[in-house]
Order: sequence, then structure tokens, then C-alpha cells
Amino acid sequence: MTTKLFGEPVHRREDARLVAGNGRYLDDLGADALAVAFVRSPHAHARITGIDVDDAIDVEGLVAIYTWEDLPEGVREPLPLLIPHPALTHGRTAYCLAKDVVRHVGEPIVMVVAADRYIAEDVCERIQVSYEFLKPVVGLENAVEGPNLVHDDVPGNIGAHMVQEVAHRDGRATREVIAAAPHTLEFRLDIERSACMPMEGRGVYARWDADDRSLRVYSSTQTSTSVRMAVAAKLGLPLPKVEVIAPDVGGGFGVKIVHPWPEEILVPWAARLLNREVKWTEDRREHFISSAHERAQVQHVKVGFDDEGRVLGLDVEILHDHGAYTPYGIIVPIITSTQLLGPYKIGSYRVEFFSVYTNTVQVTPYRGAGRPQGVFCMERTMDKIAQYLGKDRTDVRAANFIQPDEFPYDQQMIFQDGRPLIYDSGDYPESLRKLKDLIGWDDFPAMQAEARKEGRRLGIGVGCYVEGTGVGPYEGGHVQVTSDGRVHVSTGLTSQGQGHETVFAQIAATELGVPIEKVSVVTGDTRRFGYAVGTFASRAAVMSGNAIALACRKVKEKALRIAADALEADPADLEITDGMVHVVGAPSASIPLATVAVLSNPLRYAFDEEAKRATQFATGGSMDRPPVAEGQEPGLEGKDYYSPVRSTFASGMHAAIVETDPDTAEIKILRYAVVHDCGKMINPMLVEGQIHGGVAQGVGGALYEKMAYDEYGQLLNASFMDFLMPYVTEIPKIETDHLETPSPLNPLGIKGAGEAGVIPVSAVIAGAVEDAEKIVVDKMPISPSDLYALRDSSRTSGAVSLLRNTQ
Amino acid sequence: MHEVTLIVNGVPRQARVPARRLLSDFLRHDLGLTGTHVGCEHGVCGACTVLLDGQPVRACLTFAVSVTGQEVTTVEGLAKDGELSPVQRAFAECHGLQCGFCTPGFLTTVTAFLRENPAPADDEAIEAVAGNLCRCTGYQNIVKSVHRAAELMAEEGP
Repeated sequence: MTTKLFGEPVHRREDARLVAGNGRYLDDLGADALAVAFVRSPHAHARITGIDVDDAIDVEGLVAIYTWEDLPEGVREPLPLLIPHPALTHGRTAYCLAKDVVRHVGEPIVMVVAADRYIAEDVCERIQVSYEFLKPVVGLENAVEGPNLVHDDVPGNIGAHMVQEVAHRDGRATREVIAAAPHTLEFRLDIERSACMPMEGRGVYARWDADDRSLRVYSSTQTSTSVRMAVAAKLGLPLPKVEVIAPDVGGGFGVKIVHPWPEEILVPWAARLLNREVKWTEDRREHFISSAHERAQVQHVKVGFDDEGRVLGLDVEILHDHGAYTPYGIIVPIITSTQLLGPYKIGSYRVEFFSVYTNTVQVTPYRGAGRPQGVFCMERTMDKIAQYLGKDRTDVRAANFIQPDEFPYDQQMIFQDGRPLIYDSGDYPESLRKLKDLIGWDDFPAMQAEARKEGRRLGIGVGCYVEGTGVGPYEGGHVQVTSDGRVHVSTGLTSQGQGHETVFAQIAATELGVPIEKVSVVTGDTRRFGYAVGTFASRAAVMSGNAIALACRKVKEKALRIAADALEADPADLEITDGMVHVVGAPSASIPLATVAVLSNPLRYAFDEEAKRATQFATGGSMDRPPVAEGQEPGLEGKDYYSPVRSTFASGMHAAIVETDPDTAEIKILRYAVVHDCGKMINPMLVEGQIHGGVAQGVGGALYEKMAYDEYGQLLNASFMDFLMPYVTEIPKIETDHLETPSPLNPLGIKGAGEAGVIPVSAVIAGAVEDAEKIVVDKMPISPSDLYALRDSSRTSGAVSLLRNTQ
Repeated sequence: MHEVTLIVNGVPRQARVPARRLLSDFLRHDLGLTGTHVGCEHGVCGACTVLLDGQPVRACLTFAVSVTGQEVTTVEGLAKDGELSPVQRAFAECHGLQCGFCTPGFLTTVTAFLRENPAPADDEAIEAVAGNLCRCTGYQNIVKSVHRAAELMAEEGP
């Protein structure tokens, strides 16, 4: 079939628009809209004692100033806690505008609407807010130990506490197993904060149509359907009177799945109140201090293992910093806890986490969403076991792998979707074999020794992960073939650069047998598809891809039935090639899909030549049957949903060779290799692009990025000048190889790929630096200064720091 | 308010703006050329890069009033007679963009670079884009795009 495009590196259909400067991102819309700016708290923890706007009200171009007092019922209540969980006993969310107390620098207090952003910021500067200072809580251990509270009614600053345990198969508890194990190790790991940092920040633009009593909202979001429901509920509008559209979105990486943001409620509310178009575009500093961060955890690990390095018992205690509020629940530490297990069979496992409030920006998922921390923990553990036993690090991993004949493999835990953590498929030994080949693992010791002779320090690291992707509950797809032969595909979830217009068109073209040029795809527009969950958790291709395939199959079945009538053939003998329905093996007995679309809709009125064929005196057929048969609908279209029983589990393994400078402690990645398994690939070019981008973010997290909060809760590096995101000069060439173990859980056999690249990078780099320096690396990111200090401290402590010697 | 007159993408344009209006905002909001994007507003990310008399500048660090009488090329001006430029085509062909937000700044930067260095070595291609941030691609395909654009330009001639 010439139209089979599934699996091909098809060039992106988005690009002609985007490279020409014709993208339409949030701030490109609403040229005449009023602009919004916010007065945000400069203090991490304070009680608001007064707001004085006297100096501000005379600024020319000012339209409105709002504080919490001005907000009506619905808008003045705390924002929703999106994902409640029984363990989240003390969940707290913010107000759209602060009421009484501010709990992090950047919390919005006053909303200003003005003719343009310059004027709105002028007004903000003239508004005086007075504060009574409260003691800020900064740093995980300070939060747990200290007497100061982020929320008065949350004792010990503990928002959630959760313990999960998978006992040994002989019934013994994990701690018992570890106590009795031949070898044990105990250590602490630290991971710093980072953040998504999409190049386009958040933004909202709203138009109220006073004649129609309806609201249209554009938001730079990862979930337009959920924003729509939240806006309708908060503003008390009937759902059909609210439409939400995600236009071109300049990156998301997780932060834009949070909703409704205060601005997503306030901007539409003001637009309706003022009966004017209103727009807010986040600036970079706002994004640093007013959106969300992730990653920060402290982990205490105990592990018991045998002579082969098999893990008999693993006991992990996690302190997770969730910042000032918990709108996204405890999804991140739950993912850390469960995905920590990776591709391994762990004899017994106990994981306990405390999710902790601090006076810092809230923590919600960032690409990887808790997995990088879990993988850091497990892979550091594997490296330490290997070090202790004097074994090759890959041998220890291999000794613990789940084997290919053991799928489905039940880890006996509950995953982030509330469903069992059962791995569906994979081949971990083969992935490791490919990775070792790709990086030249077995040849490395010779290379390292050779470099040593020249005074160069090289090290190699490895990291393995399993990633639950394609979480439910569902996505849908709608496919319509119109009488011009065009195929219109829509799905509710949104796009932030993944190339959905391309991959979904590939799926539709392949399923329907039409040229891809005939297919158009719309995502994230509630006018076209109202039911959806959103784009996160590497789920879009799995969820909407399968839903669209299923919808196409419905359309195809109907097309073949109608064509069979017209061609006087059996539908089973028909197929569609290049947009023509024809008898298999007899291409001359054919009818264009466009004509089938015409015939599918019995007409009274002809609007063009083609349409005449479907009018009432033109069609033949039985006079005993209604024109639209019972159970049928007019038109050649279909809708279907894909709702998986549980997630599908992608996997991968990375390795890196680094060089550390003996004098400056600079760390350079010489090679980076990735073996990746996301099941059947729809478009290998785009999968590789996802991996490249993920690894780059991982490198940022491993070597450069952290949120530098001082003791007062001030974020000292809230700009691109100071928060070090990697440029091209920091990212190594990434070498990739693929394995395709199809998922048995969905019709297309696919698994998600979006987050994979970022997940194991910190673990890999830590292992490689450790190998180069022979110094234990338990804290990431690691800067040259950190490494320099680590060298100093390990020298002065007299320990060569090889774990074996410290036992 | 100040009168600003300049040539944008070959077309004379004029607007009255306050002295503090940034060139990025002037292009986007006063002239409606929204292809130039703003990623950081302090000159680090390079998304707002435009060509001023052929040389790349950060539009977010330039006042509109300071460029009066000069010639500005934005991403909208790279295509000629409705056909995408070699640099634009190379980025599309090599998957050199994902979300596309930073892309206009890369395209203008690379366009100016290849005029001066039409056959760059790998380290030169890397150096050329080393002042622009991209959060999606990991840069590998961007560097590939620079080389591909050089190839296309060589094939197609001036």
C-alpha cells in the first residue's frame, strides 16, 4: 500500500508554518487586547496588612485594579486540588490572588489591567503593599525539623506521608530481609530543584462575546478541556458557552499541565466583567517565581544484597519538597516511589515518603516527573553494590533484570494512575547488550588506563530505567471524510512541539489508505473535540494515536459498506489505496473515497456537481428502506476512544563517557549513548528528536541547573543569565539505537517516548564522574566548584572514598 | 512619543511610539510581525534575534527609536517570493525544531552566519548557534540544519 506511513520518518507538517514566522503562540493573538500585570509578593512568607493604590489610579491607560477582596464567589475560593489522595492528609492550594498570607516569592497579590503591558507594570510599581513578616521555611530538613510553619494548620510542614511495602516472597518484611542479608550498604542522596523552563512561558487571552453570552479562552496549556471545565465552573457559566483553545504552544514539559492557574481564571473573569479582550503573557521572571519547579528530594537508602549483587531488600526514605502548595497532589513522589524499581526484580522493597511544605514555588511534574530521582536512587545503589563487590556495574544490573519471558511482570505496587504496576513488555538484557556495544563498554577500561598515562581522567557511567507511559483514563479521536476527499482528524489533547499534526496524520493516512496531504489534524481545541485529559506522562501518541486509529477503522468500515453497495461488491473484497476504494486485485472496479463521502450523506439539495449524486432523485436503492438506515448516521465520520486497562511500560538505558579536568574540575561529556524501547515507532525521526531534547534537559539537571534559594526564600538565580540552561556547547552528540518490543496493551503496539531522554541522565553522569575521580558522588547537580570541593573534602577526610574501604 | 521610520523586510514602515518601546515589542505589537519571539527579555536566549542592516541583534535589548532609518529583517522576511529560504528548509528537513518558539532567532542568526561563512566546519557551526537557547531539540539537529542549509545554498547558488 503506497499510503502506509506508520513507522516512516515523515517530515513534520507543522514546520512550514513555524519556520516562516507564521506560528500563532499565545502572545501573537489578541493584538487589541488589554494587558495584565501582577503585583507579586517580594517576600517568601508574610501577612498582608494593607494594599494602597492611591498613587496608581491616575496612571493614564489604567483600566482596573483587583485584589482578593474584589473577587466574586467562585473566583475567591482556593484553587482546586486536582489529584486528591488519601495519604495527602494536609493538601493546600493557593488563591487566585493572595488572601491574608503570602507563602512564596512571586505569589500574586494584585491584578492590574491596562492599555498595554508597559502601563500595567507602571501601575504595579505604584501600588504599595505592606507586610508583617513571618518566618520563612526554606530547605527540606529545616522544614521537617524547624518550629516554623508554612501553613499554621499543617503540623511539622508534612503535607503527606505514605508507606508502601512489597514483602519478600517468604513473607518477611523488607527491614528483616536487609538485616539478614550477606551484605548491606547505607547512604544518603540529594537532588536539587530544577524546572521545565519552556521557551514560551504561560499566557492567557480571553474574549467575552456579550451578544452570544459566550467566552472564548486561549491558553498556553497542556490541557484545554480541563481548563474549560475549570473556567466554566469557577465563573458559573454553562459549559457549552465556554471554549478553550491551546494555540501553538512554545514548549510545556509538564508545567502547563497544572490548571487552572490563577491567571486562567482571572483573565476570563476580567474579560467578561470589563466586556473587553484581556490578555496576560508571563515574563521570564514570573515564570521562575510564579509557576512551578520540581526534582528536590533527599533520600536515605538501605540495601541488602547477596554475593552476586542481587538486591534482596531495599529500604528507601524520601523527603520530597513540594513547595508552598499542592495543586497537583503527590503524583511526583508516588512516581519516584514506584518507578524507582526500574527494570529490576527486587527481593523486597519498602518505600516511605514525606511530602513537605516550604516557602518556595510549588512543585508539580517536570518531564520525568519524579522518575529521575527514583532512577538516581536505584542506579546509584547498583553502582555502589558493584563497587562493594568488585564487580562490573553492568553485571550487577544484569543479575537483577526482569527476564524477557517474565512479562507481564507484576511489581505488586500501585502506580500513579491508581492501577497495578504491571510491566507489559520489554527486553532488558538485549537493551544492555546493545548499549554496551554502542558505547564500547568492554573496551573502556583500556581507554581509561591509556588516558591516565597522559594525566587525563576519564570515567564511564550507565543508567537504566523503566517508564510507565500512556496513563489513562482515556483520549478520543474524531475522523471525518468530507465530499472533497479531505480527511479531518481531531483529538482533545494538546501539542507543545511533539509533532502531533504529523504523527496523527501518519496514523490516519495509514489506517484509511489516503495520501497524507489529504489529512489535517487539530489538537487542543474544545470546539472540535470536547473530551480529553491532556498531554503529559508520555501519553499523547499512545492515547490519542490509538483513539484516532480506532476512529479511522470505524470510518473505513462504513466507507467499505457504502462503496460495496455502489460497486455491487462484498465489503470484504474491498480495500482503500491512495484515496480510492477498489476491489482487491481489480483496481478498475473503484470509487473515490470522496464520492463515498458524498453518498454517505443523503441530500435533498445539491450544492455542487459532486453533490448531485447524493440527491433524492439521483440515488437508487430500495424504497422499503429509509435513506439513513436504522442505527446509522449521515456523513462519513467516526469517533472512538481509547481507554487502557493500565499504563504501558517503555524502557531504556544510557551510558556516558566523561572527562574531568584535574585542575579546574570541569566536567566534559565526551560521548553519550542511548538505547531506547518505546514499542513500535510511528516516526523514528521524531522519537530521536524527543530523546535528544530529553537528554539535553537531563544534562542541564546533572551539571548546571538548580534553584538557588537563600535562607529568606529569595530565588537568587531567577533569570536565564543566572539559571544555567545548556546551550549547544554543553550538549554532547547523542548516539542512539532502538529496540522495538511492541506493547500488547494497545492496537498500535506503541509506548510513550516524550520523557524518556531525561530520566537516567543524572544517574549516568554521577556514575561516570565517580569512575573518573574515584570519589563518591551522591549529590546532583555537580558543578566544577562542587567537584572541586568534593575532591578537597575527600582528601582532608583521608578517605579515598571507595565504598569498599568505608565498610 | 517618537516617530520611528525604518525598512522592515524590504518595506518602509512607520509608527509613533514611546522612547522606551523595545524593538521586539515594536515589531510584534506596533507592526504586527509576531514571528519574532521573546523568551527572556534580557538578551540571553536569542529568540528575539533579528538582522539589523544584516547583522544579528537582540531585539529585546534594542530600543525601536534607536534603529530609525535602518533596515531590519525578521523571520517573516527570510522567504523570497513565497519560497522558504535554504535555512528555513534545512531546519524543516533536519527536524531542527520542535515547539518552534526559539526557531526564528536561530533562523536569523544562521542566515547571517552563512553569508559570512558559507561552508562552516562543525565547530564553526556549533559556535554560530552557541548564543541561542532551545529547550526542545537538544541542538543536534540544529547543527545538522546549519550544515544542510550550507549545502542547499551551495547547490542553489546566490
